[in-house]
Order: sequence, then structure tokens, then C-alpha cells
Amino acid sequence: MGLTRQSTGRSAVREIFNVDDAGNELVIALAGNPNTGKSTVFNALTGLRQHTGNWPGKTVLRAEGSFMHGGRRYNLIDLPGTYSLHAASSEEEVARDFLCFANPDATVVVADGTCLERNLNLALQVMEITGKVILCVNLIDEARRKKMHINIRKLSSTLGVPVISTAARSGEGLPELMDAISDVALGRVTPKPVLVRYPEQVEAAIARLEPRVREITGGHINSRWVALRLIDGDAKLVQAIRQYYNGRESKITQAGMEVLA
Amino acid sequence: MNPEAALGNLLEEAKSIAGGQQTGIRDGIVKSIYDTSERITRDVVSYTSDDRVDLDRKIDNILTSRIWGFPIMFGILAVVFWVTITGANYPSAFLATQLFWLQDRLTELFLALNAPDWLHGFLVLGVYRALAWVVSVMLPPMAIFFPLFTLLEDAGYLPRVAFNLDRFFKKAGAHGKQALTMSMGFGCNAAGVIACRIIESPRERLIATLTNNFVPCNGRFPTIIALAGLFVAGSVTATLGGVLATLGVAGLVVFGIAVTLLVSWLLSRTLLKGEPSSFTLELPPYRIPQVGQVLVRSVLDRTIFVLGRAVVIAAPAGGLVWVMANTAVGDTTVLAAAAGGLDSFARLMGLDGFILLAFILGLPANEIVLPILIMSYLSGGAMVEMESMADLHHLLVVQHGWTWLTGLCTVIFALCHWPCGTTLFTIQREQKNWRWTLLAAVIPAGIGIIICMTITTLTRALHLV
Repeated sequence: MGLTRQSTGRSAVREIFNVDDAGNELVIALAGNPNTGKSTVFNALTGLRQHTGNWPGKTVLRAEGSFMHGGRRYNLIDLPGTYSLHAASSEEEVARDFLCFANPDATVVVADGTCLERNLNLALQVMEITGKVILCVNLIDEARRKKMHINIRKLSSTLGVPVISTAARSGEGLPELMDAISDVALGRVTPKPVLVRYPEQVEAAIARLEPRVREITGGHINSRWVALRLIDGDAKLVQAIRQYYNGRESKITQAGMEVLA
Repeated sequence: MNPEAALGNLLEEAKSIAGGQQTGIRDGIVKSIYDTSERITRDVVSYTSDDRVDLDRKIDNILTSRIWGFPIMFGILAVVFWVTITGANYPSAFLATQLFWLQDRLTELFLALNAPDWLHGFLVLGVYRALAWVVSVMLPPMAIFFPLFTLLEDAGYLPRVAFNLDRFFKKAGAHGKQALTMSMGFGCNAAGVIACRIIESPRERLIATLTNNFVPCNGRFPTIIALAGLFVAGSVTATLGGVLATLGVAGLVVFGIAVTLLVSWLLSRTLLKGEPSSFTLELPPYRIPQVGQVLVRSVLDRTIFVLGRAVVIAAPAGGLVWVMANTAVGDTTVLAAAAGGLDSFARLMGLDGFILLAFILGLPANEIVLPILIMSYLSGGAMVEMESMADLHHLLVVQHGWTWLTGLCTVIFALCHWPCGTTLFTIQREQKNWRWTLLAAVIPAGIGIIICMTITTLTRALHLV
């Protein structure tokens, strides 16, 4: 066997995360706050094609399932429900590491339409890590009942990513969500996320650190975001990046040995 | 240079850029994200009419405002205590009369059966009397306090309390969620210690665990309420007394929270250094409490449970106290000798030997401290008939020379002493390190002793008693 795409880089990392990456399947991450109906979206998309287990080395439940769309299989990973990605809890750590290192083909952030503001905090953080984001404004039926109106088109242009409103319980908006996922995952649509502007002092520090980060990570990981986390004093992330490199190198070495054998 | 070392260097460099303002920078980053979310939301969300969410927000703005948050909190706390203290008097007196009437009948029965003296003493004067005291002193306040507390919980007020306290805990270097584990501690400290699991960082979890005991639990509330009612309410007119007793208990709770914050601050500056981590507290919508369900739940889950635990422990403890009081060593009894040995130290704290002994014997469950104390006093004194709360006042003040200082120090020591056996066991199970368990007992006990000694010394120096 040769050094194919599967045996190096991205795929090797996905193996670390235990993600089934056989053939031409696409990997889609599902992120969101707790109690946003994320699991309902997950169940509605995947139906019975799912299995559950634990994240490697963590006592955090994980669910994985798949759906077919336009002849392609989409592998959906349900990340733990979190309020932020600052890795304060093991749930946040799992979600962040997956988004950061497994490089999913698209990430759906499920938001509770009735309290959009709180949910946007997470969406903005996810958009800092990966550009390939679709915002799913769920519980839109409840929002309507509460006499709320959400301007989806304006939200989409403000954020720079596709926004789909859904009511997963009744199935409303799910076909559109699948279309949007496939558009982003297959590169038919390239989101241009509008990033959070930080105070001058922070932005200046990011500008100073970012080129150096890019040198080290070689563009595999979003360097602006890593620089930001470094300024925040996030030692855990450095540790995670270290593990990522070590893990990847050992996988690559392993693959190389197979070639030689 | 390999990537690992380079990254480590970068982290160091980032730290030096941040200088000493790490917390400020973190707040700035979080604030930028929150501001962006808020701005976008304002842009895209519109309401076609006023509705519940709006109402919730309006209520929140008052209940969690910087100016009104705390006065309202104190006010609600005071109302709950006032209802409990004034309401508990009558059923307490009623229960005491009934139960001690039954004790006389039991005595008659034992006499009629020609039962030996020691059997009557052990079963009736020991076991039964302890049970009677636990039921009549503890049951009424619990039966009133728990439903009220559960109503507040059900209405969604408790998370707002946590929200109000959050910034203080952060200033103390502890986790904001500690406000929640502390609230759980009002129910039961052992439950509060288990609740500390919700705090992810081990450092902050330990701080929350070690300080959980500074809020009075179910077992200590009735003691505090009963003594407050007895001392403050007994001295002036009924209405004014009730108000004063209420303010006393509410003040004590606020004092407990202040001690919690102070000890957390000290711990995070010394033994458990570090930065507080941030979290999101979800404020659930307000609900009209389901009164029926609240009554059933608080009576079954809490009142009966706590009372049951107290009864199970009080029965053997009552027997033990009777045996100690009736076993002679030299010309005195074991009980008197033990209390005598503790007396000189206890006096420095404004207590007496019997009170300190009651706290020590009450280690298995705080509920039985007051009943044990009453038993010990009764077994040594001349007065055998105890039929009402007025008799209790007579027993403590007239026969055993309690002053307001004794009452105050007893109540403070009830707030600040070692956690009950169950709580200590739970801490050991959670932390798996006997040093922390020991510290969890030593810290509050040490603080209680210091406070009581200081108050006593000052009071005596100023000739206030």
C-alpha cells in the first residue's frame, strides 16, 4: 500500500478520534448548546442509522450516525452540548479538539431560536476554528409561538455562513438543512464567516503571534484562533496540539513502516 | 526547532505580551464575543408583541440587579424565616404536650408491669425522651421551612440567587457554580458536597467542598431557629420578638455566606492557588410553583427523610446519654465527668461542658445536638417534667445559667463546627484523601472556636454580661 490520503494527515487524525472514514464519506460535526434540540436534529437526520459510545479516553457520551443525500454518505458526529469552547470541562475539550483537529467537512451549529443571543456565543467561537459552518436555528416553532421573528436572511449575511431555520420535532426545514450541509461539505458553497473583532490590544497581539503559529502548525489548524487562545493563556490547547502532532507522527510513521515492509 | 518547543515558547511569549493582565484580557475576549452576539441578535430578532420572555427579563432585571438583588434576597430569606419561627411555636408546644403526656403513660405502664428501674430509665427516659425531643423541636420548623424553600426553588428563584452571588465567588478566586453547591448545602451538606462534582476544576471543587459546611443544613436550621426563638422571642413582646429572631437567623445565614467567601478567598490565596474559570449559568424561566406537588415532595423527600435520619440516630444516642448519666465513676457520673472535663475550655468559648459535649456526641447527625443537650441537662438537674417550650427556656436560663452570650455562641458554633459524620464520609469518598477530609473538619471547627472565643473575651472584658 502506498502513502495515500487515508494513511496520512487528516485521516490519521480522524482515526485518533475513532471516526469511520472509509472511502468517500463526508464527516459532519454537530455542535450546540445543551437543550437546543441538538439530539432531535441528530435523530431526525440519521434515523436509526446511529451508534453510541464514549469519546476515546473520556467519559463523555458520543453518538455517531449517517444519512444519504444525493448519492453520498454523510457521517454525522454529535458533539457534546456546550456553552463555549474554552475547554473548561471535558465536554468542551472534546468538542473543541474535534473541531480543531479532525477538520470536519462541515459543522452544523444547532441554536435555540428562542434564546439566540446565548447560542450565538458558541456559533461565533466555532466559526473562529472552522469556516465550514452552517447555523441551524432550531425550535423555530417555539420562537413563533413566543411571537418572535428571526430575520434568517439578515442573520446569514451578518454571520457570513448559511443559516437554516428548523423545527426538528416536526421535520420542518430538515431537507433544506441537508442541502446546506452538502453544499458546504462538497465545496459548492464556501462560507465567509465574519469573525469577532477583539479589543485593539488583543488584535495587536494576535497579529504578532499568528505568523509564528502558522509556521509551526503549517496551516492545518486555524492560526488566528490558536494565537487568540495563546493570548488567553490556554495551556491546555498547547498540550492538545502536542498530542495531536505526536499522534499524527506515530500514525504516519506506522504507515511508512507498512510501505517499507 | 521542533513544533512542541516552539509552541511552548509561543505560549510564554503570549504570556509576556499579556503581562499581568491575564484576567483583564480574558474578560475582554469574552466580552467581545458576548457583545457581538448581542448586537447581531438585536439586529435580526424582533417581537411582534410583549410576552412572557419579556416579562421574565423584566423580573430578572429587578431580582438580579446590583442595587436590588441583595436587599430582595435578604428580604425573601427573612420572610421565610419569620414564617418558620412564628409558625413553628404552636405545633412545637402542641407536640411537646402530647408526646410528654404519652411519656407519663409509658412510665405508668412500666410501673404497672413492675419493670426494673434501669429498663424504664433506658427506654423511656433515654430512648423515648430523645425521640420526643427530636420530633417536637425539629419537626415543626422543618415542615414549614422545607415547603417554603422548595416553593422558591420551583418558582425559579434559586438560580437567580446563584447569579447574584456569582461575582463574589469569582472575586474570592472560587468557581461561580459554588453558589449553587452552597445552596444545595442549605438542604444537606452531604448533598452539597456531592453537588460539587458539577465544578470541573479540581482546585475550585476542593474549595467548594471545604467551605460547604458554612451554610446551615436541615439538621442545624431547627437548632438555630429554636434557640433564636427561645432567646430573642422570649425576652420581648411576641411580635417584636418574632421579627428580631427572624433578623437574627437571616443575619446568621448571611454571616455564614460571608465566612464561606472569606475562607474561599483565603484558600485560593494560600493552599489552593489559581484563577477562577468562567461558566454559563442558564436562568430557567419563572414558573408558577405547583403547590400540591411541592408540598408532597418536600414533606416526603425532605421532612420525612431528615426526620427519619434524626430518629434513627437519636434513639441510640438517647440511650447512650441515659447510660452515661447513670453510670457512676467515683462520686459523679460519666456524663458529668465528661462535661466537667470539657467545661473549662468550653467556658472560654462562651459555652459550657454539656453544650460542647452535645456537639461532640452529635457528630453522627446535627439534628440531635439540641435533644442531647436537653437530655444531659435533665439527667443531672432536679427538673424532670419538661412539657413546653417555656419549660425549655426555664431549663436553659434559670437552671443552667444561659445568658444571651451562651445562646449566641451556641448558635455560632452550630453554624461553624465540624461537619456531621455523613458529610465527612462523603468528602472522604469524593476526594479520596484523608488530609482534605480532616481539613474539612478542622477549618470550620477552628473558625468557630476562634469566633466564639473572641466574642466571649470581648463581651466579658466590656462587662456586657
